[in-house]
Amino acid sequence: MLSKRIIPCLDIKDGRTVKGVHFEHLRDAGDPVELAIHYSEAGADELVFLDISATEEKRKTLSQLVNKIASKINIPFTVGGGIRSVEDVELLLDSGADKISVNTAAFKHPELISKLAGRFGSQCVVLAIDTQFDIKGNFEKGSDWLVHLNGGRMRTTKRALDWAIEGEKLGAGEILLTSMDNDGAKNGFALEITKQISEAVNIPVIASGGAGKMQDFKDVFTKGKADAALAASVFHFKEIEIPDLKTYLDKNNICVRI
Amino acid sequence: MKAVIINYHAGNIRSVTFALERIGVTPILSDNAEEIRSADKVIFPGVGEASSAMKYLKDKKLDTVIKELKQPLFGICLGMQLLCKSSEEGNTECLGIFDVPVRHFISPDEPSKSKSGDIKVPQIGWNKIYDLKSPLFNGIKENEYMYFVHGYYAEKNEHSIATANYILEYSCALHKDNFYAAQFHPEKSATAGEKLLKNFFEL
Repeated sequence: MLSKRIIPCLDIKDGRTVKGVHFEHLRDAGDPVELAIHYSEAGADELVFLDISATEEKRKTLSQLVNKIASKINIPFTVGGGIRSVEDVELLLDSGADKISVNTAAFKHPELISKLAGRFGSQCVVLAIDTQFDIKGNFEKGSDWLVHLNGGRMRTTKRALDWAIEGEKLGAGEILLTSMDNDGAKNGFALEITKQISEAVNIPVIASGGAGKMQDFKDVFTKGKADAALAASVFHFKEIEIPDLKTYLDKNNICVRI
Repeated sequence: MKAVIINYHAGNIRSVTFALERIGVTPILSDNAEEIRSADKVIFPGVGEASSAMKYLKDKKLDTVIKELKQPLFGICLGMQLLCKSSEEGNTECLGIFDVPVRHFISPDEPSKSKSGDIKVPQIGWNKIYDLKSPLFNGIKENEYMYFVHGYYAEKNEHSIATANYILEYSCALHKDNFYAAQFHPEKSATAGEKLLKNFFEL
């Protein structure tokens, strides 16, 4: 049986790991290479690195960092943040990334997904979707989970569910779904939208945003139907240790790699 | 020890290179027939689409080079599938080392089977391997987890040295003569994967 994956996420800014709440108020969480080694030794099933550096200039150092990480860890890892072209992806894969994640650029130019899937294979293309439940009523069809871009700063009128389905058709191999409402709040994952999307697509869904306690992981796998769960704060600040989490999930009849 | 990774532009081979370096092997990346023939051990990796990968191998005449190798060769993922007889992916005739067809997880007759939200194709993630029958698995326990990413599988067959179960039981590692292969990615399968690679280099 395929196990559920536990994925620590490292947000990278200027070469350091940072973590915020609701995508803001960033604080330092350590050296990404050290954290990556720690997590892979602790039994993480995969790692995700999202570069949130502000400028292109600072991004050039990203491939060097990827190279350093790739040479040290023996589990799969995904790199995302500001990816706009086949060339961007080529550089990251050549530096040792196993998958890449696309977000804003793919939304603005959906053909980027098919181009990347055609060139590198779907297994390599993770479509990251940042979403928030819009209760302001500005959406013509009523309140819904809408896609947000540019690190959450820009709202669109597209439903996250529709974009996930389109993304799969375009060739995305996995969906990384982040609820901005839940991000960093430690009150649990957004179960409803995770379940909706997971049941609507035939590719794995990685749930992200809101992990606070071990039960949140159990809920997102059972009620949220997620294939993998991603978290940052609870791991970086050692509130939950991965081996403990996996033992807990195993005891609760959720298949995990121990 | 001369280790050559066959470089045929089928996906990312950097992670294989890094994994070998971690176990103390410095591989050469090459699509040159002489270089490959002179290796002590050959790694045949690959991620991507079967028909275009086979076309590239044929264009470079690497198909015959691979078939005639006498030293241990280890195929990974698409590399394993290409060592089989044929693949449903692009209706491709493959190298035929293993007389086994490679099929898609979703039967063309029952496409709805995958739409439950429970069974997703491709399989992406960690799954157990069992019925281990090769020195390749020395020190690796039954039901160890390995990392898989694939939508096509090799049917269970006489060359099977490991089995996995996803939708159905299938062969996830094969052996015949000097040819070894795995559907999963040992280079991404933590310490168990590293152990397997070490075992291959100790054959």
